[in-house]
Amino acid sequence: MPLAKRIIPCLDVDRGRVVKGTRFVNLRDAGDPVQVASRYDQEGADELAFLDITASSDNRDTIVHVVEDVAEQVFIPLTVGGGIRTLEDISRLLNAGADKVSINTTAVNNPDFIREASQHFGNQCIVVAIDAKQVDAKPDGSIQWEIFTHGGRTPTGIDAIEWAKKMEQYGAGELLVTSMDRDGTKNGFDLDLMKTITSQTGIPAIASGGVGTLEHLVEGVIQGGADAVLAASIFHYGEYTVHEAKQYMAQQGIEIRL
Amino acid sequence: MQPHRVVVVDLGTGNLRSVTKAVNTVSPDSEVHVSAEPSVIAGADHMILPGQGAIGTWLKQLELGSKLRQAVMSALGDKPVLGICLGLQALYRYSSENGGQNGFDLISGSVKHFSEAGTGFGSAVGQHPRKIPHMGWNRVTHTTDHPLWKDIHDGERFYFVHSYYADSQDPDQVAGQTEYGITFTSAAAQGNLFAVQFHPEKSQRAGLTLLKNFINWNGTC
Repeated sequence: MPLAKRIIPCLDVDRGRVVKGTRFVNLRDAGDPVQVASRYDQEGADELAFLDITASSDNRDTIVHVVEDVAEQVFIPLTVGGGIRTLEDISRLLNAGADKVSINTTAVNNPDFIREASQHFGNQCIVVAIDAKQVDAKPDGSIQWEIFTHGGRTPTGIDAIEWAKKMEQYGAGELLVTSMDRDGTKNGFDLDLMKTITSQTGIPAIASGGVGTLEHLVEGVIQGGADAVLAASIFHYGEYTVHEAKQYMAQQGIEIRL
Repeated sequence: MQPHRVVVVDLGTGNLRSVTKAVNTVSPDSEVHVSAEPSVIAGADHMILPGQGAIGTWLKQLELGSKLRQAVMSALGDKPVLGICLGLQALYRYSSENGGQNGFDLISGSVKHFSEAGTGFGSAVGQHPRKIPHMGWNRVTHTTDHPLWKDIHDGERFYFVHSYYADSQDPDQVAGQTEYGITFTSAAAQGNLFAVQFHPEKSQRAGLTLLKNFINWNGTC
């Protein structure tokens, strides 16, 4: 198939700076968003994701300015998530230069918000972020996952697979699936989680959480069925460039934009 | 490059800022106006017609003012025009989106949902379905020589995101094709009109090259 699998470096942004934590805590500074974004663009990133993890609502405007600054120099798709609650929030980010927004907590609190947002802006820009954690197996022994909100702090009791299917029906254009068990561990994606979601939904899905090696990116696509793979720390700290990651994936037979 | 007045027609959807910034980047001397003012459209040398989201909502914006519609139709008749995404789809006679919408009927054919192209799309088709929307970087094969393809490789990848595709009737109006389960028109050309399904403003170097070619284009082939 000629459509390329995408590599998406993710920038966690706190008060206007790129940071990276492990399992959603222990934040470390990783640079200026415009510089980091430009570097990834030069290296051949297919898309960029920004997750605004600013806790205080006072600083919410900061992410809009970050997006504006990045969008002046970087001409690849930008996805922005974190703290989106209203259609107005989406509108501001899209007008600032974002192409897609990713929504987690608000979707869980009010699933109809996804329907409204998708009708209003088109499903191509509505990404539903699913933060999932493996929980006790079902009575028949099969694995199950529960979704969490508020940056991974709040359990919801909702089954992740059922939720993914429901969000597709409600008009999500893409799913961003993060394994909370793997995030920051460098042990690889939760491939069972990805495979279960990608085999039961018909919209693009991004695998996230746990990338430590280039082989993990390959596994996400080949075994997990992901349309795109998202990673943060392996790129931030210069372990690999995006270009190296793409070359490696292409060598493994994956369709890649080089 | 000659400085130009470029109007990016604002029909209230999508990311117009990126289109504007991209044109500024490739042609710093050009004046770029994001506008729905008939006089601004009439006074521009080049018109860009971008659009994302639902085509029904987008066309409705155009219908709100008869002068706006007139200005856009007039520009479509004589200025170099670049249609992007919905700006390509609207050039066809008809789109099946939003219960069926009539377009400008300047390019022959119609716009259909990928699921209308047959099986192989969506979630109900087993292990490796083609996802809808068609989202990501795909190849564009040139089917004709055109000034807008200058310095762009045949088969270059551009960024797409759409669920409806153009099904052209007249091969002479097709400038580029892309394969996604089916082969669809990813670039259409007719006289002063050039329109693309992908997003040049989000397609990095190749996209910027296409925008630069557009600003340098006088609307003839």
